[in-house]
Amino acid sequence: MKPFTYERATDATAAAARVAEGGSFIAGGTNLVDLMKHGIERPEHLVDVTRLPLAEIEDTEAGGLKIGAQVTNTALAADARVRERWSVLSQALLAGATQQLRNKASTGGNFLQRTRCYYFYDPARACNKREPGRGCAALEGYNRIHAILGASEHCIATHPSDMAVAMVALGARLHLRAPSGSQRTIEAEALHRLPGDTPHVEHQLSPGELIEHVELPAPPPGRQVYRKVRDRASYAFALVSVAAVVEVDEGRVKSARVALGGVAAKPWRAQQVEQALRDQPATRETFAAAAAAELAAAEGRGHNDFKIPLARRVIASVLAEAAGLEGADR
Amino acid sequence: MKLTVNGEEHELELDPRTTLLDALREHLGLVGTKKGCDHGQCGACTVLVEGRRICSCLALAVMHEGDAVTTIEGLGGADGELGPLQAAFVEHDAFQCGYCTSGQICSAQGLLGELERGEPSAVSPVGGEAPTLTDDEIRERMSGNLCRCGAYANIVRAIGSVARGGGER
Repeated sequence: MKPFTYERATDATAAAARVAEGGSFIAGGTNLVDLMKHGIERPEHLVDVTRLPLAEIEDTEAGGLKIGAQVTNTALAADARVRERWSVLSQALLAGATQQLRNKASTGGNFLQRTRCYYFYDPARACNKREPGRGCAALEGYNRIHAILGASEHCIATHPSDMAVAMVALGARLHLRAPSGSQRTIEAEALHRLPGDTPHVEHQLSPGELIEHVELPAPPPGRQVYRKVRDRASYAFALVSVAAVVEVDEGRVKSARVALGGVAAKPWRAQQVEQALRDQPATRETFAAAAAAELAAAEGRGHNDFKIPLARRVIASVLAEAAGLEGADR
Repeated sequence: MKLTVNGEEHELELDPRTTLLDALREHLGLVGTKKGCDHGQCGACTVLVEGRRICSCLALAVMHEGDAVTTIEGLGGADGELGPLQAAFVEHDAFQCGYCTSGQICSAQGLLGELERGEPSAVSPVGGEAPTLTDDEIRERMSGNLCRCGAYANIVRAIGSVARGGGER
């Protein structure tokens, strides 16, 4: 590991200003320390934000929650309000990593974790994320876990988070603190960028900008489901995951919010699905058609071709479960 | 920096790169905690920090200044007797080579606390209901601890016996 200096932040603005000068925030460290051991992240200075007073989950006046960015994944998944009213978020968190990692991993850090593309992790192989302009070994490589939506000729990596998929489905917003001390709010959905020709630029945050809180609006009406399909029963990243909130009234879909994981460089808001469902009868035919509409633009790269029909079927199945169709539980 | 390990306070001077795992093994001589993959994937390095299990290989020691750490050396009973989980692992033949065992037992100790606090896992009921102890719960909650000897069936039995015993831990 490359040598670095370390400081423990006591003030969010000062921390942001220090990182803007050159350095990295560190919170749970479950991804960053690993990347530092691999020599992929080489910060010269670490600013530890774990002891900033950002570990509370508060009710908002709007009936939502304001979640401190330093709330651990365990604490968020176990929060009684989250379990009861935003269950898709609790389910998504618990589907990710292991208990040991969830005990360390933070809410803010989970959003900003890096891809688990094997070529990104292997400095001997070409990767435009790691070294812009060097090429992408995954394009012609073993790309079974890679993206089918929103990818480019420069990068086909996926974002690995489960939590962020549920956050996008729930319409979460991020409260950010700039090095100047000013604050702004963005949609969680707008945080990550698609790769285009700059896959090393992964999100919309300015240098030093710190995620302080994540705000959940009141739960969208309807039933919430998170389903993750992966190679092992536990402790594996998603091949495809779906977070859905579907409201059905007298046999018709009144509203739906759907997001996908494991398929793109960002948590993928499934807008085609949502549009295709609006005011349609809540039937398996509707759900299959909606899933097909989302995947119409999907592109496989060989080893990951199977993800296209897989995603189609998982979406349709999750929608049926969320809509309460008979026999739709897995 | 100060670190309390198994109830004893230590004063350490460390390179910021030192992981909690290396601090325990190389600086404090507590070699019960094992280095397996060193990347958070195998669980051999599991220790408890403030009662919660973590992978000590992915934790920078300096970030845990002032924290209370419990390692396998701290889970024994008085007078060198085995703690309940340690005894159960022996009783149920829950290991072969033993390399993963410290991590398995520290992890299981963390699991007991999580169940006591009613914290859910991926196989718990969705909603507010408290999880109940089943073998599926133990398997899911222990998925961060690999055992290359494949002693899993007996690890589940050993943990279940202590968790259901309800007696001393």
